Amino acid sequence: MIAGIDFSLLTVEIFTAALGLGLLIINLIVPGNQRSATGYLTVLGLLGILLVTLSYEGVEKTFMDGMYIIDPFATFFKRLFLVAAILVTISSLPFVKKLGYNEGDFFSLLVFATLGMMVLVSAGELITLYLGLELMTISFYILVSFKKKDAKSCEAGIKYIILSAMSSALLLYGLSLVYGLTKTTIIEQIASTLAAGTMQPLMALGIIFLLAGFGFKISLVPFHMWAPDVYEGAPTPITAFLAVASKAAALAAFVRIFLIGFPAYQEYWITLVIVLSVLTMVLGNLVAIPQTNIKRLLAYSSISQAGYLLLGIVAFSSMGIGAILFFSIIYVFTNVGAFMVVVALSTSTGSHKIEDYSGLYRRAPLLAVVMLFCLLSLAGLPPLAGFVGKLYLFIAVIEKGYIWLALLAVLMSMVSVYYYLLVVKVMFLKEPPQNSGIIKVPNGLQIAMVFSLILIIVLGIYPKPLSDLAMSVAHTFFPFSF
Amino acid sequence: MLKMLSNAWLIPIPPAVAFVLIVLVTKRFKLLSALLAIFAITLSFIYSIGILLEVLSQGITMNNPVEYSVNWLSLGGETIRPLLIEAGVLIDPLTSVMLVVVTLVALLVEIYSLGYMKGDPGFSVFFGYLSFFVMSMLGLVLANNYFMMFIFWELVGLCSYLLIGFYFHKHSAAKASKKAFITNRWGDFGFMLGIFSLFLIFGTFNFNDLAEAIGRQHGAFLIIPALLVLAGPIAKSAQFPLHVWLPDAMEGPTPVSALIHAATMVAAGVYLIARGYILFTGLEAVSFAIAYIGGFTALFAAIIAVVQFDIKRIIAFSTVSQLGYMVMALGVGSLSAGIFHLTTHAFFKALLFLAAGSVIHAAHTQNIFEMGGLSKSMKITTWSFIVGALSLSGIFPLAGFWSKDEILLVTLEKGFTGLYIIGSLVAFLTAFYVFRLVFVVFFGKKKTRAYESPLSMTVPLMVLAFLSITSGFAGAPFVEKGFSSFIYFQEPHHVQVNFLIMIGSTVLALGGIALAWAVYVKKLIDPVLVTDRARSLYVVVYNKFYIDEIYHWLFYRIMMNIGKAFNWNDRHVVDGIFDGIAGLTRAAGAKLRLVHTGNLQNYALVIFASVVIIVIWMAVPVLGGIQ
Repeated sequence: MIAGIDFSLLTVEIFTAALGLGLLIINLIVPGNQRSATGYLTVLGLLGILLVTLSYEGVEKTFMDGMYIIDPFATFFKRLFLVAAILVTISSLPFVKKLGYNEGDFFSLLVFATLGMMVLVSAGELITLYLGLELMTISFYILVSFKKKDAKSCEAGIKYIILSAMSSALLLYGLSLVYGLTKTTIIEQIASTLAAGTMQPLMALGIIFLLAGFGFKISLVPFHMWAPDVYEGAPTPITAFLAVASKAAALAAFVRIFLIGFPAYQEYWITLVIVLSVLTMVLGNLVAIPQTNIKRLLAYSSISQAGYLLLGIVAFSSMGIGAILFFSIIYVFTNVGAFMVVVALSTSTGSHKIEDYSGLYRRAPLLAVVMLFCLLSLAGLPPLAGFVGKLYLFIAVIEKGYIWLALLAVLMSMVSVYYYLLVVKVMFLKEPPQNSGIIKVPNGLQIAMVFSLILIIVLGIYPKPLSDLAMSVAHTFFPFSF
Repeated sequence: MLKMLSNAWLIPIPPAVAFVLIVLVTKRFKLLSALLAIFAITLSFIYSIGILLEVLSQGITMNNPVEYSVNWLSLGGETIRPLLIEAGVLIDPLTSVMLVVVTLVALLVEIYSLGYMKGDPGFSVFFGYLSFFVMSMLGLVLANNYFMMFIFWELVGLCSYLLIGFYFHKHSAAKASKKAFITNRWGDFGFMLGIFSLFLIFGTFNFNDLAEAIGRQHGAFLIIPALLVLAGPIAKSAQFPLHVWLPDAMEGPTPVSALIHAATMVAAGVYLIARGYILFTGLEAVSFAIAYIGGFTALFAAIIAVVQFDIKRIIAFSTVSQLGYMVMALGVGSLSAGIFHLTTHAFFKALLFLAAGSVIHAAHTQNIFEMGGLSKSMKITTWSFIVGALSLSGIFPLAGFWSKDEILLVTLEKGFTGLYIIGSLVAFLTAFYVFRLVFVVFFGKKKTRAYESPLSMTVPLMVLAFLSITSGFAGAPFVEKGFSSFIYFQEPHHVQVNFLIMIGSTVLALGGIALAWAVYVKKLIDPVLVTDRARSLYVVVYNKFYIDEIYHWLFYRIMMNIGKAFNWNDRHVVDGIFDGIAGLTRAAGAKLRLVHTGNLQNYALVIFASVVIIVIWMAVPVLGGIQ
């Protein structure tokens, strides 16, 4: 053991890496047609790692001089990724079973993507951060194009690789500019270097490039254009993971760099963030209206949700960060819940068209009810969890005096109710098509759906425990309310 | 055992679970559904008894209640006024007594319904609704703040609506349920505005915090909030002028009338006044208004009850009248007397309704003049009804005697001589109308064939009859630590035994009974001749002073026209604007969608173009860029 380095801090990451590698090895042993069973092993392994994160309660330490940070903020997000990964693994089981090739690699890549996210949120330094980002993104390249015989999946993969590479280039350029001006890659030191001086033009360029790079990952308008195409083409469980976990991870890293690294220039970049947030909310919600494909609809919906999340950064307060944390958790359950319904339906009908959801309530009441609650929660209707999440975000910006911004967000939420309810209308009021039978849903998926459903309702009625947790984490991370 | 009190929130849970299970699982199995509901309410009842014993043994008084709450929602901080809404329970003697009354009556009513609702196609649903009601009512009683109370207040209103319209295929039932709902909206709206204005003034919904804050600064500025809050009880407890819904509510099944529209929900209004008592007592004008609204309603409804034919309507007007008594007691300043009467009334009025249900069950009519001589074939029903009637009339030593006497006593003691006279007059009328019913229905010539109801119906009658006799002793003046030293406001107030008043009211009650006997048994006076001689007066009273007709006119002539105007505005102006906006939004969405060409090069172009635009923007100081 190297003196002064406490490797036990990395237990979660080490276990995750071991799980990913272990899955690869197990795939060599298990015969080809039974490899999809490794999915259950993945779920178990991830659950175990989730238990391990419990021992990190309240731990706030750095590893190798601030290169890697284990704080409640990072741990909060790691748990979120693990929960999302578990739900996504469960919902990919039917997909992988039908796949017929490389079944085991799928889960292994999923675990590596999760590991990348973990590194991303814990990184206290720019190079490590970039490493995490790329680990996550490269795993996703493969996962997105996993249906290699499907033209759309391949198209999605190619688009994702090329655009992502470009955005990475932007990000790297930005990182190098920041490094060049501050002579350090450690985020905390960047902040102390910048605190003294005035804004330099090159620094502004660096910040803008970083914003564009992260904006791509979080799919902020106008850097969002890849999202609908990739979301549509990718296997549905991967779409869910991409929409939920990778977005949350990039957002967490974004929060760490900008709030911890560049607080000195907040008046500059907050203006930019406001503009991006407004564009994202407006465009995401408006373009969702004419969509006829449920995955594209959810893609635009998730773009608009990212716009709401930015409000928490605009607030630049611990309340805002708390609201982001709270909203992220709810965002995981509502989105993954909705995507699980899409998975269940598409494995049975093979369609993603909204019109094929007609009469879903008669054919599969559970699916329809889960979808209903997820959509209503996304729309932010009380007493569901999404309402509380939005409420905290809006309150956070109102406290800063951005009443117009909150009003715009509320207005856009109203627009979103329209397109969500269009889906609900099709599911509940339209007659099911002729000769359509009852839809069978695998047990594991049912359990995961009911679990999400219960959380959406319970967190809406009694949000206090989770919001207290989110607020206290936010407070240790960013103890300012100015 | 503090645990028991802190877990009091568990009390409404069994009925809630029963409701969910009945609706989702056991709906097809009728008996199972009913037994589930009864089992659930039994659990709640046992827990409530436990709470009452705890409160007694721990010496919890009105002045040191215990409160357990969690923060349900807390928002705001520096620039925004903090909003804290709790979910919690408040336990004091008042709560504990209400819990026992509600669960006990509900238990008996549910057992009774086993027999009464037998063969009804909606049997399971009925028990589901009853469970839902009990859950809501218990939540209302336990609430530690106005906000929670309001939620449950609306839920009991919803249950009332559903159960009045239980036979919704009957036109009159559907109409009655709508009437109850709409009438209650007026009160609920006022109540809501009231609690919001209290929140704006004091920044809290919590009863204890409010009481403390009001205790510190009390003044005329509270008159408006107090009157707004008062609107709730006036509608819910059917006080004049919002009493019109309660008689029509008798369209619901009789067990519902007994539980919701006699013993518990309508008493929620009285409970609400008692809960926020400090708000009203300090304002002389408001207290005065409460007292006179109560007194007037008591007299008004008693007069109407004298001339009705329908057995349930007579008892319904009697309920309105008795609620008037309770409200009057609270108005003159005696919390103890009001709640004491609420308790005894819950028992004897539930008894009267259930016995009436038993009669209707057997005779298949509700018109008292189509019945007669039922005492021979329905012994248990007859005797329990007579016990209820005696208790209602206030005959020594039944429960109603003690509680009514205390109200009259307090009224006189506080110097409301006018109200005392009204109250005494009501006592006379009450005895007359209820014994008119007794003599016509149970004695005289036999007009219908009727058989005694099954045991599931008669046992609850006997239990309630027992309670109607004995429950008054808890508050009798000779009892050392009686009701008035258990439930009181600020400090216990012991009324002096006043034999003159006791004797006076007894004489009046006996006089009423004697008059009824003379008219309907001995036929010394022919009621038909009397009504003929005072035809116009009779018609006015029979038609309930035309209040319904006045409301009908107001509603159709004024409200409907205002509504129509709003409707036109909505359809043409508002919808026009919003259809335009929606059309624009949709069109914008459709146009913006075209930006997504699916072409990779375009996407890349957009990304880089955006970066360039942002850079230019940040580089130009005029546009807010760096200096």
